[in-house]
Amino acid sequence: MGRTVIEKIIAAHTRDEVRPGRIVWMDLDVRTARDFGGPNVVKNFEREYDDAPPADARKTFFTFDLCAPACTIKSADNQQACRDFARKHGIEVYDVDRGIGSHVLIEEGLARPGTTVVGTDSHMNILGAVGCLGQGMGDVDVAFAFKTGKTWFEVPATVKVVLKGRPAPRADAKDLTLFLCRELGTKTIALAAAEFYGEAVRRLDFAGRVTLCSMVTEMAGIIGFIPEAENRSEVQADPDAEYADVVEVDVSELPPQVALPPSPNTVKDLAAVKGLRVDSGFIGSCTNGRTEDFARALEILEGHHVRKGVMLKVVPATRKVYEDLLGKGILQALFECGAIILNPGCGGCAEGHAGLTGKGEVEISTGNRNFPGKQGLGPVYLASPAVVAASCIRGEVAGPEDV
Amino acid sequence: MGERVLQGKIWVLTDSRGSLIEDIDTDQIYHNAHLHITDTAQMGPFALGNLEGWKDFPKKCGAGDILVAGRNFGAGSSRQQAVDCFVALKVGAILAPSFSAIYFRNAVNSGFPVVRGLSLETWVSQGKLRTGDTLRIDVITGEARNVGRGLPLEVAPMSRVQLDIYEAGDLFKYGKALA
Ligand code: SF4
Repeated sequence: MGRTVIEKIIAAHTRDEVRPGRIVWMDLDVRTARDFGGPNVVKNFEREYDDAPPADARKTFFTFDLCAPACTIKSADNQQACRDFARKHGIEVYDVDRGIGSHVLIEEGLARPGTTVVGTDSHMNILGAVGCLGQGMGDVDVAFAFKTGKTWFEVPATVKVVLKGRPAPRADAKDLTLFLCRELGTKTIALAAAEFYGEAVRRLDFAGRVTLCSMVTEMAGIIGFIPEAENRSEVQADPDAEYADVVEVDVSELPPQVALPPSPNTVKDLAAVKGLRVDSGFIGSCTNGRTEDFARALEILEGHHVRKGVMLKVVPATRKVYEDLLGKGILQALFECGAIILNPGCGGCAEGHAGLTGKGEVEISTGNRNFPGKQGLGPVYLASPAVVAASCIRGEVAGPEDV
Repeated sequence: MGERVLQGKIWVLTDSRGSLIEDIDTDQIYHNAHLHITDTAQMGPFALGNLEGWKDFPKKCGAGDILVAGRNFGAGSSRQQAVDCFVALKVGAILAPSFSAIYFRNAVNSGFPVVRGLSLETWVSQGKLRTGDTLRIDVITGEARNVGRGLPLEVAPMSRVQLDIYEAGDLFKYGKALA
């Protein structure tokens, strides 16, 4: 019988029978821990294994991205505990200068098509964007993975999601992604792997694929793949693969989308929210922190200025992106439009670093979550870089056509 | 070291209409107000402390009792305490049509028996499983029996991996036994 993408990747990493619902022992090509979760991984590891070495230090990494550089003493302490452990065992640390761990793994060529990766990051399944089986896990699982190079894993069912039609020219990958959050909710692909097909996803560039795959978590899926992405050599599903479900979503003439509080699944057309006062904007996160995202924001901002009284926070995903933006003059230009440029990392996406909101402060953000309290006390609206840029110029929710 | 055959009195988590409660999340199981507690033994009194109609569960529950819940049990956060509070009460097992992925991982990793019974909803609605009944489950074969009513039932047997970890005690012990 044919296999879906995830079944193929798992089958290449186990000797057990691979069938949806079966639990297998899976070999891990890469295991990582970040600055949240990492200290507990170290604690578990040392309690259980003392000074014993990890299975393979060269396949083990730390990535610090949440509170980078540390902004509390506790975080500094936690990061240092991970560094000490790493030094002792010869483990590489992608330190506070490097940016969002999952993105660094892609840039370093550690997360490649057909490989398996775990880490203490619930958005590790973003690696589906490059055809890699990435999974976020808890500190017990990751400590065990450090030591053994393995994890147990239940083979999920796969749901085929077919996008019909072409979105409107102004809509971008984030609009498509938010629309899927709206249409699929948290049930359609729950606990399943998704495979996205159709022209609308085939033509997405790398940044766009990252955007889509990063929010499969918000759709309650295990991971999402885009097997037929253009010019890629991703793992393909067999023609006779078995799907638990095939869902069609019509995206023709899709307009820009905005997720309203309190969840990424409360999504409406931009037109329904236009005019709402905005105090701050955030462009960045693992969902929209690539060069293409900032270039798109600049297209809108060029020739304009962030409205007085509005803060626009710009946080490149990684040091590489930062360097790229510097080279292209994009950071300078964004700065001149009034943006605040922060160092690479997660920024205000999670409580941990610069850019949190106060009570009543309305933020429009390119992040992936707007649950109450996640980025502070203010209500958060999720949108594309273009919509965030336009909204910061106007001081109210707005689209590119409004500036 | 997990037992192959579990037998205990059951508590069927139903709402006021008598249906199995679905999507019980980790805040209902173990509220975040008690997350500062680090000693497992002290977590018992807070189990189901936020689930309407079941707040007195820790007082009623006896060692070895089996909990029967609706689908997607353990949704929400990844907190291990939502498993540990039942360990503290010496609950014998949790039976549900499905568990959230993280909750299932946490329970398996700590050697706590979580068992899936796909037809639970039907049995409960047909009155084949009621609070107070005694249930016997063989985790290897999936054979189960409502002992008092003499009814044979069937649940999903533990997979090899879950069983290995269960028999070893927990994930770390299992890993060491391999080495
Ligand atoms: S940007 Fe936000 S969602 Fe992404 S890894 Fe960082 S904290 Fe998590």
